[in-house]
Amino acid sequence: MSDKIYGIMAEFDSPGEVLHAAEKIRDAGFRRWDVFSPFPIHGIDKVMGYRNSKVGWFALVLGGGAFAQTFGLLWFTNAFDYPLIVGGKPMFSWPMSFVPSYILMVMGAAIGALIGMFALNQLPRLHHPLLNKKRFELVSRDKFIIVIGAEDEQFSATGTRQLLESLGGARVDIVEDQD
Amino acid sequence: MADSATNLEELKKLAPPAELRRAPVVEGKPNLGALTDKLSAFAEGKTPLWWWILFVPAVIAATVIFPTCLFYQVFTGVGVWGNNHPVMWGLDIVNFIWWVGVAHAGTLISALLFLTKQHWRTTIGRMAEAMTVFSVAMAGLYPAIHVGRAWFDWFMFPVPNSNGLWPQFRSPLMWDVFAVNTYLMVSSAFWFMGMIPDFAVFRDRSKTRVRKAIFSVLAMGWTGSARQWHHYEKAYVVLCGLCTLLVFTVSSIVGLDFCTAQIAGWHATIFPLYFVIGAVFCGFGMMLVLLIPLRKWCGLEQVITKSHLDKVAKLTLVSGLIIAYIYLMEFFIAWYSGDPYERWVFSHRLFGHTYMVMGWILIIVNVGVTQLLWFKKVRANLAALFVIGLLINCGMWSERFVIVVGSLYQEFLPSNWGKYMPTIWDVGLYIGTLGAFFMLYLLFVKYLPMIAIAEVKGVMPQADPHHPLGGAKKEAGHE
Repeated sequence: MSDKIYGIMAEFDSPGEVLHAAEKIRDAGFRRWDVFSPFPIHGIDKVMGYRNSKVGWFALVLGGGAFAQTFGLLWFTNAFDYPLIVGGKPMFSWPMSFVPSYILMVMGAAIGALIGMFALNQLPRLHHPLLNKKRFELVSRDKFIIVIGAEDEQFSATGTRQLLESLGGARVDIVEDQD
Repeated sequence: MADSATNLEELKKLAPPAELRRAPVVEGKPNLGALTDKLSAFAEGKTPLWWWILFVPAVIAATVIFPTCLFYQVFTGVGVWGNNHPVMWGLDIVNFIWWVGVAHAGTLISALLFLTKQHWRTTIGRMAEAMTVFSVAMAGLYPAIHVGRAWFDWFMFPVPNSNGLWPQFRSPLMWDVFAVNTYLMVSSAFWFMGMIPDFAVFRDRSKTRVRKAIFSVLAMGWTGSARQWHHYEKAYVVLCGLCTLLVFTVSSIVGLDFCTAQIAGWHATIFPLYFVIGAVFCGFGMMLVLLIPLRKWCGLEQVITKSHLDKVAKLTLVSGLIIAYIYLMEFFIAWYSGDPYERWVFSHRLFGHTYMVMGWILIIVNVGVTQLLWFKKVRANLAALFVIGLLINCGMWSERFVIVVGSLYQEFLPSNWGKYMPTIWDVGLYIGTLGAFFMLYLLFVKYLPMIAIAEVKGVMPQADPHHPLGGAKKEAGHE
């Protein structure tokens, strides 16, 4: 077990406080930091400078792909590989192929959204340095925690601690990295 | 001082009257910590007696009756059921449509009400989703064994095989295979993804190592960082949109199974809509049946409030009114078409000697009893709502019976007429699926986060950074 530092964490009591603190940290020029909360805080995306999430693209690509693939599959099986006359209907047509393609588009897009969420969040992971901290357990309850990462260029063990304390963060603590 | 007092008075005059104000999502104004305790209390507490009283019969039905009826049918053949010429679709298909229907209201509550930003749905959304997942699983079973040789079910999927044959997609029955499977997969994905932050809540609260290990794996390392929530929320909206599409498509496709057939009583363009609305209506009934006892027994009266049940009841009424309109339209079109077969089938739904009881249950319950929900007193009376929910489930079951069997037993040629009577194996299988459903539901209630903890907290005033309770500063706003 090494004594590498992952970052410094500070607790806040309400979403309003943590949002104000987050604005200040952003203004101070930090880049490797994050806000942990029991639920999504309204307006935090803007403060953190997040653009529109790319999850939608995963859904679009997988959904569109599933649609095109099903469409092709139906043509291949019913009109090309083994054409079979059924009730005098055409071998291939929009009405017969749209519904299954559409349904599988929904399936593809849903799986895409799920995979996109996991991939962009780098989940699943079984370990995270923060999960070792006892106080961090409260983040799924009613506390709001800001962590400034040690990898940040502006990070300094004392200066960052002082900044977090000046912003009203309670129980400012070092998070060890045990990797 | 005086100024501000008069201002306050003026503001009070401008505010809407008490009866028009929105009811709080959670009663009793708990803080976020107390709310977390309350919402996870049931899963962490001792298993109460009522749970065992319900669980034991459900397990017996699910593990004894269910497999017995299932295996007997699979090993012997469809002949053990009452299905025979001309009624080739019997209770198996009736129950299939019924279960798919129950599923739909769950998706409607969890997905469509999310998109329309109904905050109250956060409290019942998870329970509704669980209802969807389990009932689609039950529904999917029926067509799989109805085909007779369940071991050939894989013929329904486009898998290359030694016969060189492919499934034939010019029949909506094939579309149904994909619709039901998609519905099961997408609703399970939606359900599971919604639970990830709540698994993290359970993980962080766990007292024992085993519990910690299980929920750590399920939570997948969720930390609740702003970045995670950012992607999570986007994925949630996308999944909600997709689930909403499924609300309208899955039952429509089931409806298409019927209306592309040329049987009098089935061959109507209204069928897709008819099945969607019927499904939603039936599912709301099931929702009432599940919510009313569970909120009391699990101590969630302040979370699943009377106001929420009132809203579910109103939605039930709306879907019931659409159903009543569709019944009226069906009968009108049957008369207006001038088609003697259509007229025959529809007049026999209510006045034919064989199944008229089912026809009248349909009218009395789905059209009649539902009208009680107009009255505020009825909507506030939980016992009445529970009974109405049960009756709606029976009413919708009989509707499916009337549609499936009532249209088949007297088809075009009188020499082809016959009767259908379910056998003990039909009924046993239904009891078995009911048992399996309730077994899964009780396990869900006991071991998984039955309320979307993170979502409920997210719609509390304490969660709004611009609300005084959420720590908003008075002097300055945010950019």
